[in-house]
Amino acid sequence: MYDGGKIIPGLIIFVLFITFPVWYNRGNAGAVPQPELPKKFKECVLPYADMRAEHMQLLNRWRDQVLRTGDWGFDVKIGDTMYQKSLMNTCMQCHTSKKKFCDRCHTYASVKPYCWDCHIAPVE
Amino acid sequence: MDKKRRDFLKIAGATTLAGLGGPAVVERLVSGTSPAQAKAAHGAETHGVVSEHEKENAPTGRRLGMVVDLRQLKKHPELMEKIVHACHAQHNVPHFPNKKDEIKWIWRTEFDKAFTEHSHYHKDKLTIANDVLVFCNHCDEPPCVKACPTRATFKTKDGIVAMDYHRCIGCRFCMAACPYGSRSFNWRDPRAGLDMNRINRHFPTRMRGVVEKCNFCAELVGLGKLPKCVEVCGSTRAMIFGDLNDPDSEIRKVLKDNFTIQRKPSLGTHPSVFYIV
Amino acid sequence: MFEKALKGNKYYWMWLAFLGTFMAIAAFCYVRQFHYGLGLTGMSRDVSWGLYISQFTFLVGVAAGGVMLALPYYVHNYKVFGKITILGEFLAIAALLMCLSFIVVDLGQPMRLMNVILHAQPRSMLFYDMIVLNGYLFLNILCGWVILTAERKEVKPPKWIYFFVYLSIPFAVSIHTVTAMLYCGLPGRHFWLSAIIAPRFLASAFAAGPALIVIVALILKRVANFDVGKKAVDKLATIILYAALVNMFFVGLEFFVAYYSNIPGHIHSIEYLFFGLEHNGHVYNNLVPFMRMFVVLFVVGVALLSIPYTRKRSDFWLGAGCTALFISLWLDKGIGFVLGGFVPNPLNEITEYYPTANEIFIVVGIWAMGGFVLTILYKIALGVEHEIEA
Repeated sequence: MYDGGKIIPGLIIFVLFITFPVWYNRGNAGAVPQPELPKKFKECVLPYADMRAEHMQLLNRWRDQVLRTGDWGFDVKIGDTMYQKSLMNTCMQCHTSKKKFCDRCHTYASVKPYCWDCHIAPVE
Repeated sequence: MDKKRRDFLKIAGATTLAGLGGPAVVERLVSGTSPAQAKAAHGAETHGVVSEHEKENAPTGRRLGMVVDLRQLKKHPELMEKIVHACHAQHNVPHFPNKKDEIKWIWRTEFDKAFTEHSHYHKDKLTIANDVLVFCNHCDEPPCVKACPTRATFKTKDGIVAMDYHRCIGCRFCMAACPYGSRSFNWRDPRAGLDMNRINRHFPTRMRGVVEKCNFCAELVGLGKLPKCVEVCGSTRAMIFGDLNDPDSEIRKVLKDNFTIQRKPSLGTHPSVFYIV
Repeated sequence: MFEKALKGNKYYWMWLAFLGTFMAIAAFCYVRQFHYGLGLTGMSRDVSWGLYISQFTFLVGVAAGGVMLALPYYVHNYKVFGKITILGEFLAIAALLMCLSFIVVDLGQPMRLMNVILHAQPRSMLFYDMIVLNGYLFLNILCGWVILTAERKEVKPPKWIYFFVYLSIPFAVSIHTVTAMLYCGLPGRHFWLSAIIAPRFLASAFAAGPALIVIVALILKRVANFDVGKKAVDKLATIILYAALVNMFFVGLEFFVAYYSNIPGHIHSIEYLFFGLEHNGHVYNNLVPFMRMFVVLFVVGVALLSIPYTRKRSDFWLGAGCTALFISLWLDKGIGFVLGGFVPNPLNEITEYYPTANEIFIVVGIWAMGGFVLTILYKIALGVEHEIEA
């Protein structure tokens, strides 16, 4: 290999640089966030684990069903009550705080969903 | 060049070509199911050999439409402003003083701007005095839907020409395609033009970089309510809303009993909004 | 072969640095626009496409113009174009990259660009424009590179490449036809709703593209010791001349249809572009100087290319003629055609468009980017040519 003396240290520096976040935190993932759940309500659209894993797919599905298929009606059953498929008018009616519910996990996972560019978060 | 590479390139070329043509064919097969087939080009002029009424097919779905009674709007001079304001408040349509940033869903304009194809030699008093409310025509053959490269604007099963703001890439092809100037673009963050303490918290705003327009209040109509503008008109019946494909609907009765005109009927867009002068 | 782009004299580097400066300014301006929105441009609700899309439209033509070299050389085996054809192919690459950049900077939500494929709508002309533009870009990169590599090795290009070479000819025609169809299929925009738009675009492209190639060839002769041959340039001048005349003939037909039929919708935009449109006592005419300049430069260019002395005896006058025609056609299609179509708006109101400084810097920067890419590609091509000669 030509210039091996330059290439190998260069590669090492590069690998160290891009793995900086990992070794800087010493492999520790930090405190797991605790989103604040609504106190008055116990039940959600899907069981807890499914909501945690798939709420984004659910929201996308709802979006397409409402907007594109035109299913605006109250056809989501939670407990004994029927709700609309709506982020603002259903989800956020129970989860009244975006900061304590959505943002805690999203900030931790460093995801920036663009929901709130248009949808209006509850007043806090 | 060795044999393998040459073979690979041949296959790659063939698949590329197949890939270019394939999707289009599939799309063609899948689409082509336009829900509302009745054209119902009402009143105004008919173009072509076969009159539009003869061509009228059996309705296959709902086609929501509107009749605007300009006589009633003239009788109630304060109504137009009220309608515009109610619509824009309902849908969080921002207000920007700079005309360059302007966004509007429904607005008041002069008769000859709304109806550019009508002759105005010695206008009658009514035409001069009468302003018109214009908004999206929810055409049965919408040029904007055809133009949109991502299906962000599309026709719903109720015949509403709707917008999916999640999908719009902001190319503004639909704005060039719309012959009625019904579409607005968010040139900047729309929330800068809204009082965020006084917005409708049940309807989203938009984000910058997408096109927006009147949605026939799909969010209200979907729940069995009337569009906001129709609700504001109340007992004046200046705006009548309903299913153009339902022979027993109120709007069909109004269309039968009155001479109505459409905006630019010669373009073949088949607007679903009719005006009684 | 890229290493050839890394060796050059100080003028080469100064030229690249000069272009790079404008590219950097444009990048800065685009970041501003990305964060604020397209409100930083002069576009409005009524004039919803501005300089970006008009430059795109013009440059599609420049890209397509290269076919006027490829066609005689590859199909009719016209050997005179042997050295100049590569200039056309590489020009197409640079022009197409500019086209795609202009589309991207014009998008309100550029991050969602891929929706055009993800949610493809085959009824939209933009869908087909995407296919043919990217296809033509791919074909030009492929053909240019393979043929140049073969030339460097002093062997005949592999046979399979000719399939793509021939394929690129209908693609060249299609890119400008489909781009014309973006406009001419829209109801209610009378200025664009004309079946002659596609042929007019092609005629203007077949003049503007080769005109730019002649200008570049004359410059390369002086600065890079690369002569494409007098006969090639002369033949190209003939092509430019006829294509430009055909374009003007088509423009004339638009005038005839508008004014003889006397249909107001057809007259309005032409009136606005060439004479100024009166509306409510105010005359709107901000594009009139540009469109009159289009006519003047057309006459000058055609004269310089048709008078034997200026065309054959002097590179300077030939270059001046081609420059005049190139600018003239740019004013016609790169300014007037797109902007004029929005006046008046669908409600017969008039809004005039004035680009902002931010917008103009982005436009200039993308042109500089095109020049940058073109310089590098030509540097490589000429490097190979000189290597063979040596």
